[in-house]
Amino acid sequence: MSKKLNLNPKLYDKDVEQEPTRAGFGRGLLAAGKRDNRVVALCADLTVSTKMDLFAKEFPERFVEIGVAEQNLVTVASGMAHMGKVPFVSSYAAFSPGRNWEQIRTTICLNEANVKIVGSHAGVSVGPDGATHQMLEDIALMRVLPNMRVVVPCDAIEAEKATQTLAAIDGAAYLRLAREKTPIITTTATPFELGKAQIFRDGKDLTIVACGPMVYQALIAADQLAKVKIDVEVINCPVVKPLDWVAILASAKRTGAVMTVEEGQINGGLGGAVAELLGEHYPVPLIRVGMADRFGESGAPDELLEHFGLTAPHIVKHAHELVKRKGGND
Amino acid sequence: RQDIIKMLVEAGSGHSAGPLGMADVFTALYFDILHHRPKQPDWPERDLVVLSNGHITPVRYAVMARAGYFPVSELMTLRKLGSRLQGHPERTKLPGLETTSGPLGSGLSQACGMALALRMDDQKRWVYCLMGDGELDEGNIWEAAMFGGKNKLNNLTAIIDRNNIQIDGPTEQVMPLEDLRAKWEAFGWHVQEIDGHNMQEIIDACYLAKAIENKPSLIIAHTIPGKGVGYMEYDYRWHGNPPGTQEIAGDPAKADQARVALHDLRTLGGRIEGEHE
Repeated sequence: MSKKLNLNPKLYDKDVEQEPTRAGFGRGLLAAGKRDNRVVALCADLTVSTKMDLFAKEFPERFVEIGVAEQNLVTVASGMAHMGKVPFVSSYAAFSPGRNWEQIRTTICLNEANVKIVGSHAGVSVGPDGATHQMLEDIALMRVLPNMRVVVPCDAIEAEKATQTLAAIDGAAYLRLAREKTPIITTTATPFELGKAQIFRDGKDLTIVACGPMVYQALIAADQLAKVKIDVEVINCPVVKPLDWVAILASAKRTGAVMTVEEGQINGGLGGAVAELLGEHYPVPLIRVGMADRFGESGAPDELLEHFGLTAPHIVKHAHELVKRKGGND
Repeated sequence: RQDIIKMLVEAGSGHSAGPLGMADVFTALYFDILHHRPKQPDWPERDLVVLSNGHITPVRYAVMARAGYFPVSELMTLRKLGSRLQGHPERTKLPGLETTSGPLGSGLSQACGMALALRMDDQKRWVYCLMGDGELDEGNIWEAAMFGGKNKLNNLTAIIDRNNIQIDGPTEQVMPLEDLRAKWEAFGWHVQEIDGHNMQEIIDACYLAKAIENKPSLIIAHTIPGKGVGYMEYDYRWHGNPPGTQEIAGDPAKADQARVALHDLRTLGGRIEGEHE
């Protein structure tokens, strides 16, 4: 485990503390609002569940309730940004950016508006609500837009830092959050920088590039694989765009095999981004773990992650396969 | 209007009917109503004009050029590679534009966001939003209508170009909009209906709108699509084409369309004697 990144020392403990990434966003937004009075928050009738309520209570005059109208949500924000505000807009990812993609494209990205889009409850881990609410395509939808940044924090602490960082930059960004509690991987002393991936764990046999709470599953898998002498490098890649291609390519050159792990569609998602990078610059055996061109369904979050192959044991299995493929190519 | 025809003919594509129909409203805005500085387009105290139906941008370009934002000769670059005058307006390309638009239905909510932000900062600037009637089919418009009414955005004046046509035909056939006044009033807006070609009515309505407290204002400007060019007036088939691009029974031949259009405009449809070229 990387020493200089100051990760949570209890990371591999059974009783590691857990918190949803959206909670970190709520704190980060409040802090950003205290630091900069240009920060405003807009929500589409999901203020408490997207954790915007912390900000709304502290700064009611800078909070705008939009109602269930996601197209209006981002376009009102675009107008406010043009007047010098720094708007954060939140809803469930399935609705924003799920429903309002064209408005984001035209009035925020092409228009170069300083709006931060926050999509909560992303991924299958939303659970019982089912496939309609389990947003899987958001990374792909946002990543393809010029002028857009895409951030998928691995835990609540990183989400808090990412929120404050995004508030401080001038430009559009998408922040992807999860509903469920997930383990705390980082600490307040862990650095966060837009455009930088971090090697959370060094290894020489294969590279796992992961984002969001899947980083924890990757680290657990790497820990188990170490016991069978497979040395895995785990890269936390919270910034899917702009992708830290320097770090990922350097790691691919060291290990000669790459796996991506995300809780979303591998097509166009982090898996898509890494495949494009490697395909163009340094082709190596690649396995993309995530949702493979299918929708989710209702169930308990843990059940669903297991069902769709998004847990450490599945990653371990894929790692063995990848090492085998890598050997075949040598 | 002659600028519009000339730039559309030079471009070889673009919309005719809407720009011609809104020429009077735009002229009233840029030459009477707006607080603005054409030589200082980013003047922090300027009023804001949001053009929601971006496809009628030739009229805005023509009026901005005549108001002094950029040389009139630049109008001839419309829709050409490297031009600041994009086929649909882009804020980042041309100083003086406040938004990027084209895809319909999102201008009013951007204008609402501007109006709300200005009120938060206690600024006295005014926001104008111009919309087509066809784009009122878009749900986003009605989301914004609710939002404007809820927040009583009385520093916002929206103007609808009520010309009754859209690409597929008359608006009341494609998707009926009436009772338009009653709909907006039900959403909490102060509504005026005017003749969009009567300069005094346009100006009076805009000043009255500024006097309305506790409500956003809507002006339904009844206009004639293709206004001033006899063969285009009222005909939805001239919504999206410039002169010289299509043969329509009863209209001048393609090769004559531009000349006839300019002649109509110079002579007010033949009513003025002694046309001078």
